[in-house]
Amino acid sequence: MARLVVDPVTRIEGHLRIEAQVDGGKISDAWSAGTMFRGIELILQKRDPREAWIWAQRICGVCTMVHALASVRAVEDALQIEVPENARIVRDLIAGSQLVQDHVIHFYHLHALDWVDVTLALKADPAKTSQLAQSISDYEKSSAVYFKGVQDRVKALVESGQLSLFTSGYWGHPAYHLPPEANLLAVAHYLEALAWQRDFIRLHAVLGGKNPHPQTFLVGGMSTAMDPNEPFAVINPERIGFLRELVRGARKFVEQVYIPDVLAVAGFYKDWFALGGGVGNFLSYGDYSSINQNDASTNLFPRGVVLGRDLTKVHPLDPAQITEAVSHAWYEYSDGDKPKHPYDGETNPKYSGPKPPYEFLDVDKKYSWLKSPRYQGLPMEVGPLARMVVGYAAGQKDIKAAVDGVLKHFNAPATVLFSTLGRVAARAIESQLMADRLEQWVDQLDSNLAHGKVAICNTTKWDPSTWPASSRGFGWHEAPRGSLGHWVEIEGKAIKNYQAVVPTTWNAGPRDAQGQRGPYEASLINTPVADPNRPLEILRTIHSFDPCLACAVHVVDAQGRDYSVLKAG
Amino acid sequence: MMTSEADVSTALARRGISRRQLVKFCSAMLGTLALPDRYLAQVVQAVGKAKKPVLLWLQFQDCAGCSESMIRSSHPDVAEVVLDLLSWEYHEVIMAGSGKQAEAVLERVVNEDKGKYLAVVEGAIPTGEGFCTIGGRNALEIAEKVCRNAAATIAVGACAFDGGLVRSAPNPTGALGVHEALPGLKVMNMAGCPHNPANTAAALVHYLTFNDLPALDQYNRPLFAYGRIIHDQCERRAHYDAGRFVTDWGDEGHRKGWCLYKMGCKGPAATFNCPVVGWNDHTSWPVRAGHGCIACASPRFWDHMSPFYDRLPSVPGFGVEVTAGEIGLGLVGATALGVTAHGLIQMIKPAPKPAPPESGAAQTRKEN
Repeated sequence: MARLVVDPVTRIEGHLRIEAQVDGGKISDAWSAGTMFRGIELILQKRDPREAWIWAQRICGVCTMVHALASVRAVEDALQIEVPENARIVRDLIAGSQLVQDHVIHFYHLHALDWVDVTLALKADPAKTSQLAQSISDYEKSSAVYFKGVQDRVKALVESGQLSLFTSGYWGHPAYHLPPEANLLAVAHYLEALAWQRDFIRLHAVLGGKNPHPQTFLVGGMSTAMDPNEPFAVINPERIGFLRELVRGARKFVEQVYIPDVLAVAGFYKDWFALGGGVGNFLSYGDYSSINQNDASTNLFPRGVVLGRDLTKVHPLDPAQITEAVSHAWYEYSDGDKPKHPYDGETNPKYSGPKPPYEFLDVDKKYSWLKSPRYQGLPMEVGPLARMVVGYAAGQKDIKAAVDGVLKHFNAPATVLFSTLGRVAARAIESQLMADRLEQWVDQLDSNLAHGKVAICNTTKWDPSTWPASSRGFGWHEAPRGSLGHWVEIEGKAIKNYQAVVPTTWNAGPRDAQGQRGPYEASLINTPVADPNRPLEILRTIHSFDPCLACAVHVVDAQGRDYSVLKAG
Repeated sequence: MMTSEADVSTALARRGISRRQLVKFCSAMLGTLALPDRYLAQVVQAVGKAKKPVLLWLQFQDCAGCSESMIRSSHPDVAEVVLDLLSWEYHEVIMAGSGKQAEAVLERVVNEDKGKYLAVVEGAIPTGEGFCTIGGRNALEIAEKVCRNAAATIAVGACAFDGGLVRSAPNPTGALGVHEALPGLKVMNMAGCPHNPANTAAALVHYLTFNDLPALDQYNRPLFAYGRIIHDQCERRAHYDAGRFVTDWGDEGHRKGWCLYKMGCKGPAATFNCPVVGWNDHTSWPVRAGHGCIACASPRFWDHMSPFYDRLPSVPGFGVEVTAGEIGLGLVGATALGVTAHGLIQMIKPAPKPAPPESGAAQTRKEN
């Protein structure tokens, strides 16, 4: 029996620690701990709800903008503001492009090095790599000369003895199975994707002023003024042309580079379709409606819950059934350990972990800064896999066709989705669905512009004197990493209480009072560990969730005051 | 010691860079840094050195937005920065190794490269117990060890600069910026939320070239990026001078690109070079995209510049030639000292450095 610690878990956002019990080369138990927090919800109190999104957006700079969107939706829900169609489209374009860009970065820059041995790329034959590339894709950068150039660059890096980002990798680990040519192909696309993500996200600069942290959201709409005849309008025919060029480029990159690479790499690691399963319950708030954000029936991502891996039934989602528990989190509730709905939430932190520097956490007690969110008392996985599972079970035709296509490629049943590679595949599938959708939104904006339909912000409730004495609202978004909810209570002209339950809290949270493991913890059980000193296998499964810890840990009330006395009903 | 032309070319070839690419990149850097062309040879030589300087990028109470911003670098290209220009050996968001292997990198560089490597810090540093640990160690302990032994420390983003949003009232975790958490340490501050990679890359190249930091202001921010007021460089400035203002989101003025001052724009009180260098490869910046500036590169901007939609106290007529100091005086004379004006004075008043505003944010916030 050995206790393994991985801290810091890198190639994620934020500060995550994994402790795992290894017996006979396999993980028998695991604990997931968030080790940093800031307290943004508390900082938001008493501020102007119209600017809450500017603050809340800083919960995370990787999934930038997702908290801005959930925040304006929460305030709009509270003040009963309907946004103009153009604003909904611009928001979907910003969020949809974020999802595609984020997923590509995740695969190449955060996850690929778990499957790709960079040093083995040196042994590849550039000509054979070219053949491999051309056999899986029409992407034009596929000549032997191109791959030789990439190989020379890697060679120069290795020979210099200064490997930079690759200095600390697990090169030569027995769990790496790709042939040299596939390694070289992946390294080439690692570099291509690094340049591509930077260029594609210029879409956020056009529609958001900058990225990270775009700055054009407004309660009621967007600041991206539209006019067909004004060169200084944020959205005009010239800008539409540029947006179209960008979204077409993204679609091409996803279709010709990302998808073929995922399929090729997964083909060498099929055993990972049977590992990393997790809790088997999936939740999606649903998002990306083509008509009205409050009408879930037209969603690209359907709303619902799948329980116990049962793909025959989608349960309706009721946000009132969401609770957060703190039995193993460094917080205290005023009335014991009973889980609370976010509207009734309390965030009284009390660090009771070991005094730093420490070797191990006391996992029988409290051991994380993340709370444990539950739906009807059950742990839920959220994210791309949850969206594809809920969409597949609901029979959403685009999702069904895409998922079936991938299953057919691997000649595998739908049960392989519940795995480490299932998450990787789901992320790629939804990137393709989203990349297909982006240009439609640009076309809609173009058409509205041509018809003189330029409303971009509903300002009837901009003046706080038009607001009710008190109100409260729920804002949601299906962010790249999963279901995100913001709950706000407004009193007078200011925020009285603010709560966020975010994707990585669902996935990376600790056990609850009943001892039910969170999704990360459950997914690690039975994972093989070939070399306890180099826990590559742990990284594979944890990275398949795309952890974002800054999002997950942001609640704190250091004074121990009860800021969230907010009764439901 | 100057390297010969041949040495530079060989070193470059080893890294797979052509001399032409390098000169192009160095010329762009000279532009951002506002250095004359005669420095080109020196920049080329410095960047082409055989051994790349090591860089360690630490993340504490952060959102990783500054890391993301860095990988949006266009000139130089992001891969050139992290693979060719420097040996980017520790950066949790993108480095290969985790756990022990990651910690070993810090240990090795601090011991073997003492006094030679560059340290970058992203995020605030908490003073309260248990608020940020990595590998079971406190953020402050790691920062002390890595930054105190570095050749230079660069704080990127508002949080590392002065605590940023994390330190905003009521500052639940006792967060501080790097220069306050590590008193006496020489820190270059790349303020902003996030920092602009065009400026950070230029500052890095300046350091590599001259073995020294660029000229800094009283907050240790490079003058080339933070020396001018947004309002003076703004493309909407002519509308301000002509009295043409946006008064409602989506109105005629908004569609025509008029001045956003009445919608709460903090441009007249903010210093940064967004209007000139733009964001994401010069594509745009917030004011061009129709939203007011929030003064994100200014000291303690979260508390001092919010509420962000409230109009700045009246900004009397001043021309593009007026200096930051004079604007400060003008504002002080003209305003009833609200929260925002307090922030302005803090920012613009010449003060012995470093001069973080020490007044508790809680006392300066409007309680409405």
